[in-house]
Amino acid sequence: MGLVPGLIKGLGVTGGTILRTVFPDGLKKPIPAPSRGAETVQYPHEKEAPPPRARGVIALHEENCTSCMLCARECPDWCIYIEGHKEKAPPRRAGGKPRKRNKLDRFDIDFALCMFCGICVDVCPFDALFWSPEYEFSEPRIADLLHDKSRLSEWMETVPEFEDYEAGSEAKKLKVPPT
Amino acid sequence: MTDISDRQQLSYIAAQAADARVNLELETEGMTLNIGPQHPATHGTLRIIAKLDGEQVIAADPVMGYMHRGYEKLTEVRTYPQVTTLINRIDWLGSFANEVPFILAAERLMEVEAPPRAQSIRTILFEMSRIANVVLFLGDMAVQVGAVTPVFFAFRDREHILNQIEAVTGGRFHPNFDRIGGLKDDLPAGWINETKQVMKKMRSFCDEIETLVLGNEIFQARTRGIGVIPADVGLSYGLSGANIRASGVDWDVRRDNPCGLSYDQVDWKVWTHPDGDSFSRFWVRLQEVRESTKIVDQLLETIPAGPIMAKVPRIIKVPAGEAFVETENPLGVMGYYIVSKGDLVPYRVKIRSASFNNMSISPWLLKGVYVPDIITILASLYFILGDIDR
Amino acid sequence: MLAELSYWQITSLRVAGGLGGVLLVAGTLVYLHLFKMVSFMQSRLGPMEAGPFGSLQLLAEVGKHLQKEDIFPRKADKFVFGAAPFVILASTFLLVAVVPAGPDVWFVNVDTGIYLAMAVSSVSVIGILMAGWGSANKYSMMGGLRATGQLIAYELPLILAVVGVVIQAGTMNMQGIVAAQANGEIFGWGGIGNPYILTQGVAFFVFMIAMQAELTQAPFDMPIAESELVSGYLTEYSGMRFLLFFIGEFATAGVFASIAAVLFLGGWWAPIPGLAFDDNVWNLLGPLLLIGKIVILTFIVFWVRFTFPRFREDQLQRIAWKFLIPIALANIVVTALFKVWF
Repeated sequence: MGLVPGLIKGLGVTGGTILRTVFPDGLKKPIPAPSRGAETVQYPHEKEAPPPRARGVIALHEENCTSCMLCARECPDWCIYIEGHKEKAPPRRAGGKPRKRNKLDRFDIDFALCMFCGICVDVCPFDALFWSPEYEFSEPRIADLLHDKSRLSEWMETVPEFEDYEAGSEAKKLKVPPT
Repeated sequence: MTDISDRQQLSYIAAQAADARVNLELETEGMTLNIGPQHPATHGTLRIIAKLDGEQVIAADPVMGYMHRGYEKLTEVRTYPQVTTLINRIDWLGSFANEVPFILAAERLMEVEAPPRAQSIRTILFEMSRIANVVLFLGDMAVQVGAVTPVFFAFRDREHILNQIEAVTGGRFHPNFDRIGGLKDDLPAGWINETKQVMKKMRSFCDEIETLVLGNEIFQARTRGIGVIPADVGLSYGLSGANIRASGVDWDVRRDNPCGLSYDQVDWKVWTHPDGDSFSRFWVRLQEVRESTKIVDQLLETIPAGPIMAKVPRIIKVPAGEAFVETENPLGVMGYYIVSKGDLVPYRVKIRSASFNNMSISPWLLKGVYVPDIITILASLYFILGDIDR
Repeated sequence: MLAELSYWQITSLRVAGGLGGVLLVAGTLVYLHLFKMVSFMQSRLGPMEAGPFGSLQLLAEVGKHLQKEDIFPRKADKFVFGAAPFVILASTFLLVAVVPAGPDVWFVNVDTGIYLAMAVSSVSVIGILMAGWGSANKYSMMGGLRATGQLIAYELPLILAVVGVVIQAGTMNMQGIVAAQANGEIFGWGGIGNPYILTQGVAFFVFMIAMQAELTQAPFDMPIAESELVSGYLTEYSGMRFLLFFIGEFATAGVFASIAAVLFLGGWWAPIPGLAFDDNVWNLLGPLLLIGKIVILTFIVFWVRFTFPRFREDQLQRIAWKFLIPIALANIVVTALFKVWF
């Protein structure tokens, strides 16, 4: 093969790619099936599934949130808006002091600004924020990219369970709270 | 390796001399050609003001800064996790590689060392981002020289690496995975076997590119003897990475100064080439991709068990001091010089990016070449605008 | 039957045939090779949305270009800039006039058919120069000058390759060349005639390379070097004029391939047993066979185009003058010797 110049071998590479794309089952079954042989996915007719850890959108589990403001403070873009007020809750046993509880009024994430860095999900001390691999939430108007509390709670249904770790890992698998 | 044939060298010189004679006789004026900032060949918004004489360059002046985003000023008002998020975006093709020297410098200031499992996985991801970056170079240089097909193969096979990075970190281009003291999370089950399959695919891609591009006589005629950088000139301009290794200088920070990464536990070799022309820069990078796949394969076999994160406080306050760490990033040597005054935010971070120094040789290198060769030389130097301008 | 039609009826048939022969063939080539073949070569699918499997994509592109504004650069020479695409298309239509597609399906049947074709193909050089100069853009001017040098240099190998075929056929008439291949014999066996690709293989090789350069396809596409000069002499064109260049490029590829098919592959004739050379069936079968041969030859042209990088200008010229022309001249000498002695 030393006599075959590189030009012919290069043509062989591209020719081989055409054959592999048009006949993905090899030449023994010469039925042209380029839709299967090509490496592209015809979105939106076919969709690829992103892995479970993919950072698609942020979901909020409202019961765990105590409006401690850590996520809003750490966000590099300041795209989280939180407003809350203190409420009085009945005492745990009769005759005790009434408890003060934080109630969340507003928890908005502006996905037009969000960098999808995940710092908010990392720093939350009460595990109220989760990542979901959903990515199809584009809107015709930029203002609609501000997801409010109810919409963020809806995303919780799409949060997958945490995966198992590889052998040799000492990390503990976390749990997603049931919705 | 064969060296540039004397005939090629002499014919190039003769062509230039003939050109000069014609220009003298016809008294042609110089033409100023503006390449960029919007141009398909420059990797982003780079502007080169070239004074031409016919088809030959008299002087070339790169104008950078169209993409300056003010990273070093931004780091003065961002906490360390926020800075890690931002610096992913400096060299956007080799994404994880940008975080590593910064985290290593911060760990040095905090005097904390990542556990061995974290170091090993950090090295694996570092090498994978190198593969992702350089695979695109292999396809991209072919496009600059005129072959349109290899770049599609490069994008197609790069997807496998990006899928693996996404499976671990959640982000394809901006992983944001390194933390001071270790990594954010551990590997999901099944990742090691999948990555071994991906490394096999990358090796077959390298073979394809070797046949399709490297062995192509037209490519060799376009790149051999073009843009020769002698070793001493390259070192004096601060070239690093594959650019200087292609001129015969045996210098690789991974081997000489691997602080914090697991290169000393792996059996690998540094590739150099004596010629220093555009062909050798392509050749060295191709061999480096193959070597990286072998490094990843060896590391995947021997990931030590253990914790993924050392004991660090929740709110990171780096003690006062200065630290400088440089690593062998895909584009060259990247270094971070952190000056800390004990706060939540760094006092000053100086980013030594590889492409800025690699570009500095272009006025010297582009003098006297033909216009098509400008593109070949710039493609072989391989810079990314985010890395030049920060 | 054709003699009973009046002059204007024959002329309108010819015009329709010419337009169809150029535009339909160009459209087929664009779809098959540019949209589908190159996509499969790059592991992707190409246009799939417009029409079944993307077959109406070219119509969609034509519609898109039609509704664009006709832009003239301010400093451009309006007449030269505007007329350039029409000059190039004029040379294509003149070329298609000499190609026969059947024993009775032809536009002109002159005794100097191939000579006329070679002469007329040079007209496109003027068109490219007009485009480059009239754009008032440094990039376009550089592209136009490069193109002129390249096209003039590669006309010589083209013509010299054709001379070898003409010597062997003994005539410059295109129908005569088809007849010589159909009625010829290889060492006394007339089964498949005598397609000149067998005896004039060297000339075929030179013709294909020179054709690649005449069409400014990679590896000879310095004039339109996309990554350097943006689009070379095409940079300032948009809308319908750009589409004319685009269609013209593929139409010229089809027409050159048809000339190559006539010269080397037997044109509209194929060794189908049981059909004489003058049968009326050839008037229907011939054009289809010719289109089939065009598709095969352009497949090779575009396969090479999408695989190889491009040459630099001086390397290009060196290949033409120092490699192709000596080979073609040697081929002529050998052919002439064989013709005289056998």
